[in-house]
Amino acid sequence: MTTTTSAALQPSISLLPSKKTPIVLSVIALITLISFGFLGSSQAANFSLSTNTDAFKIPDLVFPGMATNIVFGVLLLAVAGYSWWLRSKGRTLPTYAVVLCAVLFVLGFLIWVVSGANINSISLASLLAGAVVLAVPLVFGSLSGVLCERAGVVNIAIEGQLLGGAFTAAIVASITKNAFAGLIAAGIAGALVSLVLALFAIKYLVNQIIVGVVLNVLVSGITGFLFTTVMQEDPELFNSPAHLPVIAIPGLSAIPVLGPILFKQSVIGYLMYLAVFLVWFGLFKTRWGLRVRAVGEHPKAADTLGIKVNATRFWNVTLGGIIAGIGGSFFTLVAIDSFTKEISGGRGFIALAAVIFGRWNPIGAFAAALLFGFADNLQVILTIIGTPVPSQFMAMMPYLVTIFAVAGLVGRSRGPAAAGEPYVKE
Amino acid sequence: MKLELRGISKAFGSFYANKDIDLVVDNAQIHCLLGENGAGKSTLMNVLYGLYQPTEGQILIDDKPVQFSGPGDAMAAGIGMVHQHFMLIPVFTVAENIALGAEATKAGGVLDLQVTRKKIREISDRYGFDVDPDAIVEDLPVGVQQRVEIIKALVREAKVLILDEPTAVLTPQETDELLDIMRQLKANGTSIVFISHKLREVRAVSDVITVVRRGLVIDSVAPETSTTDLANLMVGRAVQLNLNKEAATPGAASLVVRDVSVVNAAGTTTLDHVSFEIHQGEILAVAGVQGNGQTELTEAILGTQPVTAGSIKLDGLELVGKSVKQVLRAGVGFVPEDRSVHGLVTQFSIEENLILDLYDRKPFGKGISMNLDAMKKNATKQIADFDVRTDNALNPASSLSGGNQQKVVMARELSRDLKLFIASQPTRGVDVGSIEFLHRRIVAERDKGTPVMIVSTELDEVMELADRIAVLYKGKINGIVPGNTSREVLGLMMAGVSQADAISQADHVKADAEPVEAQPVPAQAPQVTHKPKHSTTAEGDAQ
Repeated sequence: MTTTTSAALQPSISLLPSKKTPIVLSVIALITLISFGFLGSSQAANFSLSTNTDAFKIPDLVFPGMATNIVFGVLLLAVAGYSWWLRSKGRTLPTYAVVLCAVLFVLGFLIWVVSGANINSISLASLLAGAVVLAVPLVFGSLSGVLCERAGVVNIAIEGQLLGGAFTAAIVASITKNAFAGLIAAGIAGALVSLVLALFAIKYLVNQIIVGVVLNVLVSGITGFLFTTVMQEDPELFNSPAHLPVIAIPGLSAIPVLGPILFKQSVIGYLMYLAVFLVWFGLFKTRWGLRVRAVGEHPKAADTLGIKVNATRFWNVTLGGIIAGIGGSFFTLVAIDSFTKEISGGRGFIALAAVIFGRWNPIGAFAAALLFGFADNLQVILTIIGTPVPSQFMAMMPYLVTIFAVAGLVGRSRGPAAAGEPYVKE
Repeated sequence: MKLELRGISKAFGSFYANKDIDLVVDNAQIHCLLGENGAGKSTLMNVLYGLYQPTEGQILIDDKPVQFSGPGDAMAAGIGMVHQHFMLIPVFTVAENIALGAEATKAGGVLDLQVTRKKIREISDRYGFDVDPDAIVEDLPVGVQQRVEIIKALVREAKVLILDEPTAVLTPQETDELLDIMRQLKANGTSIVFISHKLREVRAVSDVITVVRRGLVIDSVAPETSTTDLANLMVGRAVQLNLNKEAATPGAASLVVRDVSVVNAAGTTTLDHVSFEIHQGEILAVAGVQGNGQTELTEAILGTQPVTAGSIKLDGLELVGKSVKQVLRAGVGFVPEDRSVHGLVTQFSIEENLILDLYDRKPFGKGISMNLDAMKKNATKQIADFDVRTDNALNPASSLSGGNQQKVVMARELSRDLKLFIASQPTRGVDVGSIEFLHRRIVAERDKGTPVMIVSTELDEVMELADRIAVLYKGKINGIVPGNTSREVLGLMMAGVSQADAISQADHVKADAEPVEAQPVPAQAPQVTHKPKHSTTAEGDAQ
């Protein structure tokens, strides 16, 4: 053939890129400059990076509140102006520049609240370490979501799996006085929730969203009922779980900032890092993962190649349940002394947002969960130091971050094509 | 490898899609299954490929009975299938798609795509496929995706390759290339079952043609059989292949489209400065391979597709920016390309479907109530006029066959006084008998003086109906040519060759431009496409 048929469609119509980025940048630049800068407190904000147990000290970071934010504001305005100019030339700002602006804005916000607070100092090290701790159940939950959705089953029941795991871990670890027994029982509880989801979604073709929502309500009801009728009758016996110790790796855990994050975790914390890697490696580097993704994208094609679609889905949903159940046990075996009603507090839904924000990739979901954990922990710390912002607004922050992250920043990210659609052979 | 189907029947409930089918495919034979849509060809092949279990009958390979419980068994027995809708995962690379289900792995189940890439290159070189193992499938043109499917079968060492309507999505040039590939495969000892309803291709490449009608084998004939005889066998009665319509008597330009561009939500330009006009009393056919902007063009006129720039005027009235209802009221009749999704509410009765866009107009609608008598009268009349085969106008539209559903859509759209009639794929998936009928109605509408726009990916249909042909390529009009332009020129233009180049190239390839009907099929068709790079080694490798 002498013809060329492969050239992509060239947009010869002059259509400027969306105004979204320049507008958002301009707005945050003005907020930084005026609200955080000119109207901010002139006191210095103090960020400590080291703790007393660290191997060596890193000096504290000190920013004069007003001055720093005026500089940040001007910088952001410059970038916003540059992005308007780029748009007029039909180009867009590179992603790293957008990320840089976001970091500047968050930093500016931190400096503003800290300099205006009653205590003008926070520990950045514990802010980050705490963020990871709060993110642990989110990470497990989102891995469960990734595993299910990659295989084509929408898992809204993450919340129920977390809650079921938390409850079962508490009661089993209390009775057996063994935290590891609680951990295993939590995995089984998560798997049981998944089995119901798998049975109805895959075998009986019930709408997956509805099954998921119903499961959440069901688990909430059962655990709430058993909490009042069993646990509260004899809290000594049924609701005082043995805890998983925090294992600090000698030497490494004394590295400032990174040490506590990576090397001073409970067993579940270390399991989290392992699970993220294994799920990522499994999904993208192995035969198993190729088949799972094929089933989630185009089940019929997978079927014509001899892959058992519904069996693959079934096992993936079960595995997802085990992982989410283990994540749930973090509440009662590590974070909190005992089980209370609704202990998971909607984190299963935030995990669902992390799945989408992380673009159905385990590592992306991990990063997204960390971001939500960060927002959550920041809110806690800022309430403690007493900021000019009412604490009720601060409490909204993790959810605002979730909404903006999923709605604004993700844009048109594309999930597995067959997620939510049952596969029926004709 | 010799493949035999003996007495195969496949029933869905009480309905037999296949009844007592006998079929023998010899080693290195291209065996064509010819039949209309819905004749049971695909069902039969799905039985052969293990996707369906036969209700009765036997499959024999080299005279030994075999049983397939799933596609895996069929593949293991050396049967490969290229489905009409490709079974490729769009977001995977070529190598991942080909590896899937038969992955080469290192220790611990870790994928080893290097092995697959090497195999792809081998096959690609042997047949001159030119497929990049690391390309993402959804970025590839349809023709290349089809080659990926063929490689997929060959990697699994298929000795019998089933091609289910493989040419439906291809340009005429790509079709010729595919026919060429089929001949090469045959030369290498692969048997091919070629499913089609396109007579020209079937005659060009087959060794044997088996005609299937309503689930039964009607006859097996030689490829030299005339197109008319084949069509008659396929439909079961004498068919007139030529419409023999009168020459058009175009009036004033009625629909004037100027510099219309559409940029979709993903930022892709799907229509790029499209300009044309349609005169009263003429049929303009828009030809092109699927996905070159046809859908967007019709929807832009109707108003369901936002127009980025440009103007569309109907008798001086600007349609851009008008609501769909306003456009319909302006006298536009619209037959969408997918009748069961956009043309009908299939759960509604035929009667209701016949007034879907007239429900609020007299005599059907009055205030908040509907005039059921008028609906009934209308249904009775339209069903008679358009020969819709049903025993009750209150049956749901889903109970009708494809052809009858299309008649309902056409009847509804033509029942108003039109200033413009647009029909997208008016006869897709419609039996030959109904095609003839629908074509006549379209021409009749033209003869009433209505400007008509037909969008079709079927070149036969375009050539049959058009007074003028506009060729769309990548969202641009690649030329507007007279209705009697040759198939070769149109094919080249659909592939993006400019009009002037297309004419000179077509003349070059075919010294004598002859009408399609009388086209003699030489044993070795002229080579339009590239020869295999290693044809000698390929011969040596033949099983």
